[in-house]
Amino acid sequence: MIEPSRVKAVVIGASAGGVGALLKIFQGLHGQNFPPVMVVLHFPAQAAPIFEQVFGRPDLQVLEAEDKAPVVSGAIYFAPPGYHLQIEPDKSFSLSVDDAVHFARPSIDVLFETAADVYRDSLLGVLLTGANADGAQGLAYIERLGGQAVVQSLEEADSIAMPQAAISLLSKPTQFKLQAISELFDRLN
Amino acid sequence: MTLALSDEEIDLRLLLEAIFLKYQYDFRDYALSSIKRRMAQALAKLGGETITSLQDRVVHDSEFFQKLLTFLTVPVTEMFRDPEFFLAVRREVLPSLQTYPSIKLWVAGCSTGEEVYSYAILLQEADLLDSSLIYATDIQPESLTHAKAGVYAREALLKYEVSYREAGGQKDFLKTYFTCNDDQAIVLAELKKNILFSDHSLATDSVFAEVQFASCRNVLIYFNRSLQDRALGLFYESLSHRGYLALGNKESLNFSNYADRIETINRTQRIFRKLP
Repeated sequence: MIEPSRVKAVVIGASAGGVGALLKIFQGLHGQNFPPVMVVLHFPAQAAPIFEQVFGRPDLQVLEAEDKAPVVSGAIYFAPPGYHLQIEPDKSFSLSVDDAVHFARPSIDVLFETAADVYRDSLLGVLLTGANADGAQGLAYIERLGGQAVVQSLEEADSIAMPQAAISLLSKPTQFKLQAISELFDRLN
Repeated sequence: MTLALSDEEIDLRLLLEAIFLKYQYDFRDYALSSIKRRMAQALAKLGGETITSLQDRVVHDSEFFQKLLTFLTVPVTEMFRDPEFFLAVRREVLPSLQTYPSIKLWVAGCSTGEEVYSYAILLQEADLLDSSLIYATDIQPESLTHAKAGVYAREALLKYEVSYREAGGQKDFLKTYFTCNDDQAIVLAELKKNILFSDHSLATDSVFAEVQFASCRNVLIYFNRSLQDRALGLFYESLSHRGYLALGNKESLNFSNYADRIETINRTQRIFRKLP
């Protein structure tokens, strides 16, 4: 069972098919009464959308994460295209142009692992549809440090490679449909 | 602010302290996440169980430290990286630099030199290279040697040629600026002659010259806030009246102590100018 009351920060990873999935789960988030949500969405750097325009709503603040900015609740932060997004011990963002991980920069693993080190058991990691293995190790690391892990259900994901890779590494994989993730988000505060 | 440091982070901080005490390389105010990942890669490649085991070897074996240093200062660079930025320098900065009888530039964190030569090419094409002096600095001796030599894989140059064109270049890139053999390209001496490569640390050294243009792209993201402010302080002090500062595409002054002393002149391309 996922315990929403424990969650002080959320990290999300998505790749192929991720835009539609994110739009759906963000329906559970409103206003500013939710913990910080940090997202890595794979995109070729040149073709990346402007996240504010795609995901922002009048009642939902969506930002590109800025280097050295403090992580604040009530906002959704996206990793800038071409940069790894990391969380520092003082709960601020840092960026890096180090090598791609699983051919990806930003890499989901990098965000998940650095966030797990900081938020430990108060972190919720969510891995959605995707066609590669990025994020699986990061999600397993979140679980190992006592955080909670949710994977998009295989019967629903557009591309199952990413959730499947995570399920094989997790000791207690929780599979949720997008609707259930959205409802879980609605219960965060 | 009190931080709850994990045992691993404590080990890492002790190692960075040891490196500073022994070799005066100061990574203590680097962003912890990046340095931690790089250290993990070093552990995997150099062999070693724990960060603590590295500490023992680092202190007693300076050759081992040199190897570790290559992991801590991974060079990530290319020529005309972010071509729109170089196009903006060409169009918005060089016309103003042209008014100086002699121009000094500082490329901080020059790594293996790709960016320095990109600036040299821009200056050459604006007919300014002969009246310019470029200080190119880095902390990594191997990178500086590589940069001075100016030898690059020909295959990489083919990619850089595309960026050069996107940055407004119109010459035959390879033929004009390099001597090529089958797999390598060497930067021509005329591009190199006004570049001074030297060892300089933004963490421990001070200002060494007055410059009209300082460039430090994708370096500050590896620093914590206090080291970022130290580095910005060096640039501020070094810049002449209304001098220019160039940062990486996702770097800003927003979370620094210099936001009210340096103005943004091109927000997208991260070009700034010292306020009077």
